[in-house]
Amino acid sequence: MDMPSESTVRAEVRAWLEANWDPALGLVEWRNKLADSGWGAPHWPKEWYGRDLPQALASVVDEEFARIGAVGVAKAGIRTLAAATILAHGTSLHKEKFLRRILTGEDTWCQLFSEPGSGSDMAAAVTRADFKGNKWVINGQKVWTTSAHRADWGLLLARANWDVPKHKGLAYFILDMKQPGVQVHPLRQMNGHASFNQVFFTDAMVEPEFLMAEVGDGWTVATTTLMHERRGADSLRSWATASKREGRIYDEERAEIATTMEPYKWYPQRAGRVDLVLERAKATGKINDPVIRQEIARLLIMAKTAEWTARRARAAQEQGRPQGPEGSLGKLVSSHVARAAARVHTYIAGADALLSGEDGALDGVIAEILVSVPATSIAGGTDEIQRNIIAERVLRMPKEPSVDTDKPFRDVPRNTVSS
Amino acid sequence: MRFSFTSEQDEFRTIVRRLLDARSPVSEVRRLMATDAGWDRDAWRKINQELGLTAIHVPEAYGGQGFGYAELAIVLEEMGRGLLCAPFFSTAALATTAILNAGTEAQKQALLPSIAAGDTTATLAFSEDDGGNDAASVAMTATSSGGAWRLDGVKSFVLDGHTADIVVVLARAPGSSGESGLSFFTVAGDAPGLQRRRLKTMDETRKLARLQFNGVEAQLLGEAGTAAAPFARTLQQAAVLLANEMVGGAEKLRQSALDYAKMRMQFGRSIASFQTTKHKAADMLADVELAKSAAYYAAAAVDENDDDMPAVASLAKACAAEAYLQTAIHAIQIHGGIGFTWDNDTHLWFKRAKSSEILFGDANHHRELMLQRWGH
Ligand SMILES: Cc1cc2nc3c(=O)[nH]c(=O)nc-3n(C[C@H](O)[C@H](O)[C@H](O)COP(=O)(O)OP(=O)(O)OC[C@H]3O[C@@H](n4cnc5c(N)ncnc54)[C@H](O)[C@@H]3O)c2cc1C
Repeated sequence: MDMPSESTVRAEVRAWLEANWDPALGLVEWRNKLADSGWGAPHWPKEWYGRDLPQALASVVDEEFARIGAVGVAKAGIRTLAAATILAHGTSLHKEKFLRRILTGEDTWCQLFSEPGSGSDMAAAVTRADFKGNKWVINGQKVWTTSAHRADWGLLLARANWDVPKHKGLAYFILDMKQPGVQVHPLRQMNGHASFNQVFFTDAMVEPEFLMAEVGDGWTVATTTLMHERRGADSLRSWATASKREGRIYDEERAEIATTMEPYKWYPQRAGRVDLVLERAKATGKINDPVIRQEIARLLIMAKTAEWTARRARAAQEQGRPQGPEGSLGKLVSSHVARAAARVHTYIAGADALLSGEDGALDGVIAEILVSVPATSIAGGTDEIQRNIIAERVLRMPKEPSVDTDKPFRDVPRNTVSS
Repeated sequence: MRFSFTSEQDEFRTIVRRLLDARSPVSEVRRLMATDAGWDRDAWRKINQELGLTAIHVPEAYGGQGFGYAELAIVLEEMGRGLLCAPFFSTAALATTAILNAGTEAQKQALLPSIAAGDTTATLAFSEDDGGNDAASVAMTATSSGGAWRLDGVKSFVLDGHTADIVVVLARAPGSSGESGLSFFTVAGDAPGLQRRRLKTMDETRKLARLQFNGVEAQLLGEAGTAAAPFARTLQQAAVLLANEMVGGAEKLRQSALDYAKMRMQFGRSIASFQTTKHKAADMLADVELAKSAAYYAAAAVDENDDDMPAVASLAKACAAEAYLQTAIHAIQIHGGIGFTWDNDTHLWFKRAKSSEILFGDANHHRELMLQRWGH
């Protein structure tokens, strides 16, 4: 396949935007144009709203959109994981039904993996899926489910077979969240927001065609979702911000940010806001403190080298070479950066770090950093699990003796959870 | 390129590694580090001439191969990995770089071809007894009378200073201070009035010397009184090259600790199956890979003449210093008691990590420099 050059792509997208971009359009109307033209998701396959471009060239497209302030397809959160999983494992029915509405932002998604008794040990899920009549019937509970209160659809991992080892009995479903059998209760987080939820299933229904792959493949499909989640960990730094521009489409985008994207509004803070450190240090005069200068420098070195390491991994991928071990470090390193940033922000703020909201430094943003950063090393797989994965998959170190992987799941000791 | 190597560069790395594995196994490192010179002229000449290593970044006009610092950095990374005992850093990274930065056209023509050919070794003498790494701490004086220059004073911590054929020396006009009045000179290693004493070093694979100059005749390198800028640049480039050498050593340690962990059994299972070992191994990987990213990025910044190079040089040096030492500490710990023995090789790299941490300024120093160079 012939790869177009950067300048060809740039010229093409520029010409297309010139002919089509119009801030007076409605948000969904515009995004449908993006889906039809392939410019909304250029790294997706040609048959499915994309252009088969490698990531590097897709970034060129992003740059051109940003240059003129053109609105892109719906981003943020679980919908991108849903798309990646559907592209990898979905049937053409799934692709037909969901991909376009993911791009337009008409549908919002959530990831129903963690349960009260199984987070890191996700394969120990006990939410049941029973095939009754001609439908799957779901019973059980999920927890920490981000944006479930806004979601139209859920990516559900549930147990369909209890007589095989834990990884073998799982099934992966696309679940309609807007049905009577699904109840969502928001959970308040330590930072005061409530972007994740408890989700209860009481005879919730799934049509048979919304099973992804086969019964027993649930673990494999979930691994695809997780891989994309962890890979995306560094992109949390550049979260969508509302444009201040005038026009119908910008109004609608601002409304979207205030509603479906609302659960993610503290995400920049959870990554530590390294971008604020120097300006804060200067504003407070702490930039002159030699001890704090050392802390700032350490943080900047960590953040820069994390970014360069991610670029190395991407460069290898773009050149079609096998990725080195550097590609597996992003999630773990982003936790280190976030923690270091929270520490530095504390030193810079001094007594102001005691306060929050409008009394706090930077209108509460600094306080929000301090109480949001702990999520980074837990969500999407804890730091400890990341280290296990790096050690076992990348460094090929032996697994610890396991007590649960070879026997029928029915016989595995597990948490008794009262809800 | 900052984020990847070309296939030619990868191939070059493989060739260098193969050569060093064959010619400089640890047994050879141990033999040479116990000698007074710290290296062997014949053995080094053979290694050097096989690939023209000292010619790598010397322009073709001066008998070199005309490659960049990225290629030189690859060589150094491999040498750091193999702990090669040879006057390469002193000759190629320090003296050649200083001559390229400061010398006149005629001086480059005169000095570089025999260095590139591997016939002449050289070093750069800038630190004095206080071990300072900046222009301001230079006290050695250079006086001229009747067109001849003479140097008086002391240089210390001079890399391979006791064996170098040519010593590039930083000295100042009497009465000058700070960055003014500084000049580079070249001095023959056996010049009358020059007393050279090898210092006992903690890291025996990296020899240092103290040089006492009593009215030693010297040749001016470049223009008198203008050495501050080329000296600063030379140290920045040297920091980048050292960072690359360091990540080579760190990677080697990381790998050997991992291999050992997979082999060693305790409590009926491999110690690599204990989670604490695994998590250390994962952390070591992160430390080393991040430091590599910085070292590679900085080498590319030198070749691209990036304005940001001075800051990035300090970033890379500070990052490599912490990564290398931390990796060395973990590596010894993973080896247990055997890791504390002389016979086990880990300590050789541990000591190289320590000496590299300090050479050209420690991590605190470079973190501060980085912020200043970014204008903060
Ligand atoms: C902000 C946020 C958003 C989230 N969003 C979602 C979502 O949208 N959907 C979803 O499904 N889940 C979500 N989660 C849940 C998240 O994936 C889990 O919390 C996480 O995987 C950890 O599981 P756990 O909470 O059960 O902790 P546990 O698994 O019980 O872990 C507790 C501690 O034990 C350690 N531990 C566990 N196993 C091991 C091991 N093998 N080796 C070493 N240490 C171990 C952990 O590292 C941790 O320190 C979210 C969590 C947060 C904080």
